[in-house]
Amino acid sequence: MTPRTFLVHGLLAGLVAGLAAFLVAYVVAEPQVDAAIALEEAGSAEPAEHSHAEGTAAHAHEHDHGEEAGHSHGEGAEVSRSTQSTWGLATGTLLLGSVLGGGTALGAAFALGRLGGLGARASTAVVALAGFVATSLVPFLKYPPTPPAVGDGETIGERTALYFGFWAISLVAGVAAVVLGRRLLEPFGGLGAVVAATAAYLVVVVGIGTALPTVNELGDFPADVLWYFRRESLLTVAALWAVLGVVLTALVGRDADRVVVAQQRREAAAAL
Amino acid sequence: MPQATTAVPAALPQIPVAALAPWAVFFALLTTVVLFFVGAEQGAFSVFEGTAIHEWVHDARHVMGYPCH
Repeated sequence: MTPRTFLVHGLLAGLVAGLAAFLVAYVVAEPQVDAAIALEEAGSAEPAEHSHAEGTAAHAHEHDHGEEAGHSHGEGAEVSRSTQSTWGLATGTLLLGSVLGGGTALGAAFALGRLGGLGARASTAVVALAGFVATSLVPFLKYPPTPPAVGDGETIGERTALYFGFWAISLVAGVAAVVLGRRLLEPFGGLGAVVAATAAYLVVVVGIGTALPTVNELGDFPADVLWYFRRESLLTVAALWAVLGVVLTALVGRDADRVVVAQQRREAAAAL
Repeated sequence: MPQATTAVPAALPQIPVAALAPWAVFFALLTTVVLFFVGAEQGAFSVFEGTAIHEWVHDARHVMGYPCH
């Protein structure tokens, strides 16, 4: 049980998780992305209140709402839609899976033996669960993803800053909550510590989340496609974290069992 | 059986912070770079000209919840 073994297990678990996320995204989320792009293209006749066209010929942004008829995601783009929805999607999910897996594993390495009486499996699962809630679920609830065709090119800087800012706040609050829960273990007991740490985390993210501005650039985008897209997006992210958590917990647990067995052997040999 | 097996199980091993810190720092930097390229490059920021990277990771960026457009 060294940083190296944790990192190797984390990268492996992350790669498997990224693959699972790709499969889920390809099967359930891509149809909604396509539906949104179809709506975008059908609606290109409507007054483009958020055109991406910035007048530069080089601006070949594939989401160019271009007033010029006939522009499509496929034709205008350097990367075709079929590549975007397969190799491109897989690149993104595998990269994200790998860094989230490695990061979660290093977090689990730190948590090992430091979360009260929790064993290697339990402390790893806690870190993965906290990672999902703090870096995916809570940011999703405050700044939910939007399908293609939604989102003003003019505000992308502000929206990116808000998303990653809130993401960072949630991550720091999540780590702080786990540390707080550990501190409260002796006075409050297990259940009390978990409840108090969760409540403290929620107070921080709900408070800051309420204070931060809301992003709403939906216009008249159909509510059903939006809901389907967001549901499938959450399903994809949840699948990534679930597979990551389960595989990493299994690998770390197997490793911990080996350490215990080796230790027992040594003790038995020493006692002879 | 030897007496040792009845001993109280030893506390779980801990990994010293000093052993973890270099890995954690390096991986945090790497994570930042990956999140940047998957989540933001050629959107809010552009390190490279054009839109190819944006388009390549386009679907993942939308589906994994990062701001796009």
